Amino acid sequence: MARVVVNVPADAKRGEVIEIRTLAGHVMESGFRRTERGVLIPRDIITRFVCTYNGVEIFSAELYPAMAANPLISFTTVATESGALEFKWTGDNGYAVTESAKISVA
Amino acid sequence: MRFFLAVFAFLLLTAEIPLAERRSGYEFMGRETRAMQDDDTTNPALLWVLDGEALFKTNCSGCHVDLKGVAARFPKVKEGRAVSLDQQINACLKGKPFPYESRELLALTAYVAKQSRGMPIQSEWNEATKPFLERGRAIFNRRQGQLNLACAQCHDDNWGKQLSGSVIPQAHPTGYPIYRLEWQGMGSVQRRFRNCLIGVRAEPYAYGAPEYVELEMFLMWRARGMKLETPAVRP
Repeated sequence: MARVVVNVPADAKRGEVIEIRTLAGHVMESGFRRTERGVLIPRDIITRFVCTYNGVEIFSAELYPAMAANPLISFTTVATESGALEFKWTGDNGYAVTESAKISVA
Repeated sequence: MRFFLAVFAFLLLTAEIPLAERRSGYEFMGRETRAMQDDDTTNPALLWVLDGEALFKTNCSGCHVDLKGVAARFPKVKEGRAVSLDQQINACLKGKPFPYESRELLALTAYVAKQSRGMPIQSEWNEATKPFLERGRAIFNRRQGQLNLACAQCHDDNWGKQLSGSVIPQAHPTGYPIYRLEWQGMGSVQRRFRNCLIGVRAEPYAYGAPEYVELEMFLMWRARGMKLETPAVRP
C-alpha cells in the first residue's frame, strides 16, 4: 500500500517559518541484500521527493539505498501566501505518489 | 546437595523486579527514538495504524464502535485457551483470518491497541488465569537454547546492563505491536520472542503457539498497572 502522510499547519501568519513533515510508507529495499538462497533482492527505493508551494518548487531531495524504510522528510519554509502544497515521491518500479495540503496565510 | 544449592542460588538470583522499580523499554531508549515515538506525525507506526483504521471500517465496524481499553486486558482466557489480541481479531474475522505478522493483522492489532494507549495494563492472577500464568512464568524462568539462558537471567537479573551495544530492558510488553528500527517495520510480541529465542540459540516456536501466548500473558501480568504505549517505537 503506497501510503503517505503529510503534516502541514492549517493556518500561519505571513512571513512565519513553518515546519512540514512527510512520511512515506516504502520498504526502501537497498538492492544489496540477498535471500536465504543467495539470490540478490532487486533494488526498490524512492529516488526523488519534490514539494511545490503554489506551483513553485520549495524543496526537493534525492534518496539513496542507504536510507531507512518509511522515510521521514522534515523541512521548513516561509509561509508567503494561502494556497496548496503539492508533494510528489517517485522511485523504482514506477512508484509515484502525490499528496497535497492546504494552508491559509493571514 | 550441590544440586539443591545450585537450585537455591538460581532462585535467589532470579528475584522478580519489585513493582516500583519496573521501567518500560521506553526509558532505556535514546532521546531521538523517544521523540519518534512521542510525536504521532513522526512515528512510522502511523502508516500501519491508518491501514488498520481502514481495515477496521470494512471488517469490524458492523459490531464494534471503538475498542478502548480492550488491548489492556489481553491475552485472555477463552474456552480453556489463552488468546492473544491478534488471535482474537482473527477469530472475529470469521473464515478469513490474516496470517501472523501480515501487514493487515499488524495494522488491525495496532489500530485496536492504540485505542488503549495510556491505560494501565489489567491482569489478574486468579483461578482461571493461574494455570496459564504459571506456565508462562515457567517458560520465563526456564533455561533454554545452546547458550542455556532463561529470559529471567537477562530481564530480571541484569536489566540496565549492556548486552554488546544495547541496554538490556526489563521485557515489559507495553507497546506491542511495535515499530522496531532494526526490523524497519512493525512486529508483534511473538516476533520479539522469536528474536530472543534465536539469540540464545533455542528453536523458536511456531507463530501462534500456546507457549508464546502464555509467556505474553505472564509478561502482561508482570507489567500490570504499567501504561500501554502502543504503537511504540523500539531500537
